[in-house]
Amino acid sequence: MSVLVFAETAEGNFRKPAFESVSYGQRVAASLGLPLHVLCLDHELSESSIKQLGDYGASHVLWDRNELFRHFDPQPFAKALRTAAEATQASVIVLSLTYNGRALAPLLAAQLNAGLVTGAIQLPEFVGQEFRIKKNVFGGKAIATVALRTPVKIIAVLPNAVAPQRASTDVAVELFESGVTASDWKIKIKGIRKSSGKVILSDAEIVVSGGRGLKGPENWGMIEELAEVLGAATACSRPVADVHWRPHEEHVGQTGLTIRPNLYIAIGISGAIQHLAGVNGSKVIVVINKDPEAPFFKAADYGIVGDAFEIVPALTRAFKRFKSGELTFS
Amino acid sequence: MKILVCISRTPDTTSRVAFTDNNTRFDADKVQFIINPYDEWYALVRAVELQESQGAAVTLLHVGGAEGDAILRKALAIGGDRAIRIDAEPPDAYFVAVQIAAFLRQDPHDLVLVGKETIDYNGSQVGGMIAGLLEWPFVSLASRLELAGSTAVLERDISGGKEEIEVPLPVVVSCAKGMAEQRIPNMRGIMAARTKPLTVRAAEPAEALAPMIAFELPKAKQGVKLISPDQPEELVRLLHVEAKVI
Repeated sequence: MSVLVFAETAEGNFRKPAFESVSYGQRVAASLGLPLHVLCLDHELSESSIKQLGDYGASHVLWDRNELFRHFDPQPFAKALRTAAEATQASVIVLSLTYNGRALAPLLAAQLNAGLVTGAIQLPEFVGQEFRIKKNVFGGKAIATVALRTPVKIIAVLPNAVAPQRASTDVAVELFESGVTASDWKIKIKGIRKSSGKVILSDAEIVVSGGRGLKGPENWGMIEELAEVLGAATACSRPVADVHWRPHEEHVGQTGLTIRPNLYIAIGISGAIQHLAGVNGSKVIVVINKDPEAPFFKAADYGIVGDAFEIVPALTRAFKRFKSGELTFS
Repeated sequence: MKILVCISRTPDTTSRVAFTDNNTRFDADKVQFIINPYDEWYALVRAVELQESQGAAVTLLHVGGAEGDAILRKALAIGGDRAIRIDAEPPDAYFVAVQIAAFLRQDPHDLVLVGKETIDYNGSQVGGMIAGLLEWPFVSLASRLELAGSTAVLERDISGGKEEIEVPLPVVVSCAKGMAEQRIPNMRGIMAARTKPLTVRAAEPAEALAPMIAFELPKAKQGVKLISPDQPEELVRLLHVEAKVI
């Protein structure tokens, strides 16, 4: 038995969800006294780039350098994971609930007859052979405990929910052939459209979001400026996307994107329940609104009641002074 | 061309979330149930559009108890030719996927549409599991879907953008925003739905692999800390010193 982690990459780079899942897997393996194996499927990686997984506790990495993996198709990726799971006799498989993980995890679970939790927010509680794992339900309005009792268990960890633990482990990289061929790829990629924003909204640690209170698309300059100072992504509420002040990719909420940044700054957004469903997993919420009765204040950690057109530029100046070291706190 | 749309029944988005039976079960008392919005707005409406433009036959399928019939009638009022209810109280997503895969083995369809997730348990599992069980391709989080002969042309969400893809039928597609616009059923649709066939089938035996055994409500927020509009530095200080997010 062992713990197998799929460390997702894009064009030869690990992103935070990969480190989170390696660290999660390492802690599960340590708790159970099982060996840990990590699988990488990306020809653009290098042995030295893979070694950074040691910072999160990986000691043994299986690396399939097949170029076919540059295109994501859940069936052949699941096949590769099955091959690796068999080779390592994995009893626990850990991956991240990224866009790709969302497709891969259930497909793999059905094929392996494995119990699956999508969006784990904590490490498991071990009760005999059973894992009890918490996940958000009802759009973050409640938390459920899922019981996994199957011989093989799959945990898809919610990104930005379980902080990775630093380690310094020596990594042995082993070349691995997962046995996929071109005929396994049924999905053909015809083109890719990148979003316009500088920071990817779904991955962003800080998000600055605007609503109808901003009165028109011409007023988004101050939102973008604040976002730039903070290295944040920009987002918007549904009404703003519906009237095309901002592109639909930026719409967060029940019918748009669900995000869980460390800091969410909502400007001129009243905080309808549908909007909250998309952002209430954020660690810290700041609300700026001229209406003290705006429902968003009830879900906020910090609030400023007042005119966004005065507050946002002043706040941007304050953040700039903080970033430059001019404004310090003892 | 035959399209299967999987329909879930979920509490209305504004429902009070509470649990009963020692916090092991959702408290459905006084709760209004609806078609899972993602199944309705995206999957069902897109299937109906393909029915209108390409003459596809559309089957609606729900796995659940008799209370699901009202949901299926409502869905039939939006569109679709017939509805199937597989009679069971599903203990988890895998059980549902087994039922749908078993139905598809007996009654093949070219395209299976599911919503990206249900708004209650937020699992995002059934579509991928159907594809896993049937060894079909699976496209998750699709925001556009066209049919060109025996090929589906789709756009799917990826980290930081969208990808245009092609895939041969049959395929399972999980539908996300952009796929279609919500439709309100008209009187003609509601009348027609009354006479459309709704068949109830027995469930296949299947075990639950990942049941939810307990629920809890998240810790309440401490309450908002208000900062004066003329003290932006104070907010910066709190975010740095207290919340430690910058």
